Amino acid sequence: MQTMTGAQILMAVLQEEGVDTIFGFPGGAVIDLYDELVKTPIRHVLVRHEQGAVHAADGYARASGRPGVCLVTSGPGATNTVTGIATAFMDSIPVVVITGQVPTHLIGNDAFQEVDIVGITRPCTKHNYLVKSADDLARVVREAFHIARSGRPGPVLVDIPKDVAQAQVAYTRPAEVNLRSYQPTYKPNKRQLRKIVGLVREAQRPLIFAGGGVVLSKAAGELTAFARRTRMPVTTSLMGLGAFPGTDPLWLGMLGMHGTFRANMSIDACDLLVAIGVRFDDRVTGKVESFAQRAQIVHIDIDPTSIRKNVPVAIPVVGDCRATLEQLNRMLDDEDLGAINGTRDAWHDQIAEWKSRVALAYSQGQDIIKPQYVVDKLYELTEGRAIVTTEVGQNQMWAAQYYHFSHPGQFISSGGLGTMGFGLPAAIGAQVACPDRIVVDVAGDGSIQMNIQELATAVQCCLPVKVVILNNGYLGMVRQWQELFYDKRYACTAMDHQPDFVKLAEAYGAVGLRATRPEEVVPVLREGLAAPGPVIMDFVVAREESVYPMVPAGANLTEMLLV
Amino acid sequence: MQGEAKHIITMLVDNEPGVLSRVVGLFSGRGFNIESLCVAETVTPGVSRITLSTKANPPLVEQIEKQLNKLINVIKVRDLTREESVIREMALICVKAAPEHRAEILRIVDIFRCQVVDVGLEHYIIEVTGDEGKLKALLNLLKPMGVKKIARTGPVALMREPK
Ligand SMILES: Cc1ncc(C[n+]2csc(CCOP(=O)(O)OP(=O)(O)O)c2C)c(N)n1
Ligand SMILES: [Mg+2]
Repeated sequence: MQTMTGAQILMAVLQEEGVDTIFGFPGGAVIDLYDELVKTPIRHVLVRHEQGAVHAADGYARASGRPGVCLVTSGPGATNTVTGIATAFMDSIPVVVITGQVPTHLIGNDAFQEVDIVGITRPCTKHNYLVKSADDLARVVREAFHIARSGRPGPVLVDIPKDVAQAQVAYTRPAEVNLRSYQPTYKPNKRQLRKIVGLVREAQRPLIFAGGGVVLSKAAGELTAFARRTRMPVTTSLMGLGAFPGTDPLWLGMLGMHGTFRANMSIDACDLLVAIGVRFDDRVTGKVESFAQRAQIVHIDIDPTSIRKNVPVAIPVVGDCRATLEQLNRMLDDEDLGAINGTRDAWHDQIAEWKSRVALAYSQGQDIIKPQYVVDKLYELTEGRAIVTTEVGQNQMWAAQYYHFSHPGQFISSGGLGTMGFGLPAAIGAQVACPDRIVVDVAGDGSIQMNIQELATAVQCCLPVKVVILNNGYLGMVRQWQELFYDKRYACTAMDHQPDFVKLAEAYGAVGLRATRPEEVVPVLREGLAAPGPVIMDFVVAREESVYPMVPAGANLTEMLLV
Repeated sequence: MQGEAKHIITMLVDNEPGVLSRVVGLFSGRGFNIESLCVAETVTPGVSRITLSTKANPPLVEQIEKQLNKLINVIKVRDLTREESVIREMALICVKAAPEHRAEILRIVDIFRCQVVDVGLEHYIIEVTGDEGKLKALLNLLKPMGVKKIARTGPVALMREPK
């Protein structure tokens, strides 16, 4: 029988799992793993901070639909991954994080660079493992990938002590993973689906509300077909952007706190809400008691805990979004769709009226750049085809509002955790997954400084990501809340000293560009997008611009502040 | 809270390190309450049973059961409060046994079909098994004599087999 070291076994399993890239950062506890890694064809992207490794693996996963993988050392290397792991967990992103650990005989001894990372990450991983014997390693790593990508996906951490990596053991290829206690439900219950078709037939004002689950289950095509055939208007959560073409006449825009007027009004008025792959986050529902208060709610999700967690549901369906939509579409074959759709004119007229009453808008004057204008022009100049990652705050919301996404995986943003510093490393991961695409991080001047060090990663690995900073000199979203709800007391949100982002880019070996006047926006974007390598574009924008519409936290969705 | 009631939830779990902390961490992290908790091996190798009791209203119990099921190491979850089940708890009660109370305590022990498992000049330790009501009744009778210490297992439960 073949014997191998733990490190060799890990590399063998990673390759069997189809891993082509690892985002990582070495250290004492993982030297053995790195020693073997460089003998494989797997590409290693050397980040500058372990948080960046996880966000990059996360961005890779969102852009490619395949699990992202990172490798970091024990102790501080492991703790630095926690924000990244929690980010992936909240957004259900398949990431496998491999951490080194001190040798098994030292565990529990407060050894050098020892930390109980399995204990620390238990609440923010889908599952995690401490591998105590090299005999278990192959099975555990296989399970980790299986768990990360199946069911409702999520991050899985595997902690490998140094002596386990070094141990020489017999290796047999592990069998198919079969976990008796983990069998996600993919196939929906047909009886429930028939009831849904019945409701769709009867409804006068039906509405589809799609979320990240549609993106994750690669169900965008089925969703689009379902909506068009039933002539149902579609709104999505932030996480669902790209699941439905942003240029389709049935598209209402995003809903929720910074959703469009017509999307939020439609939620309030609809009589049937078909919610697919969503979890009714408080940023989406506003005051949950009055959310979709006139509607029967159908909720399709692969995770039973999402259903009836926040809102009462008339028809719950546990199942994979794509499998469910496929079935529903098949059932529609037997329906007289013409007759059904004929009854919806009044509803579509109403929505059109809302759209003409309040549309997303800004006015670009002569002197000061409006942040929305930058995103608008970015959309035009990239012909709507860029992969857009975001940081967190106003930049994120303007990117969501003014870039119109047409396919899943095109909008990559930390929705659940709202992690500043996500966008640049996520863009790096997305660029690795999609080398031929334009990848742009729409950033804030605050957020970009949280993982700016990854610019070195982009330069070293020749990853031509473009960073568009909407530089308002503020932690803008917090400032906006202070303006609206705290009597303009801007406590500690002004960033009075900023680095010179152009020089900073140059110091990293990237290109730096700046626009301070409206007429410079398009030329700077053109030049930056055309440059062959990584670029920072610093757009000095209106300092106190706010994101509208805005539903104050906890208010009814119809109580929008409009400019 | 509206409709809040006690629930006894039993589950089979992989007998692996860390499983208990996953279960307990779920309760603390999501703000569910645990009133009692009991863990032991079953006859199936590698499988343990956790029995816990909690107070919750119906939607919350549904959420607790679903969240427990979602844990990778949890094999099966049941809310035994809703099923035909046998529920028992054991307690060891150390009661002061002054000379004038000794006979009375032994009479109570007899009536409740408990056992005295330790005797001293000034105390008895009584072992009692029963449902919540029985333990409560016994404690009420013993309290006036002076309960020095008590250790309770919390309830364990099994669903009744079909007759
Ligand atoms: C790690 C982290 N810390 C704090 C916050 C709170 N927060 C949310 S938005 C925001 C402002 C971000 O400022 P900037 O990146 O300049 O974006 P802007 O809103 O100005 O576009 C802050 C501080 C957060 N989301 N993440
Ligand atoms: Mg800012």
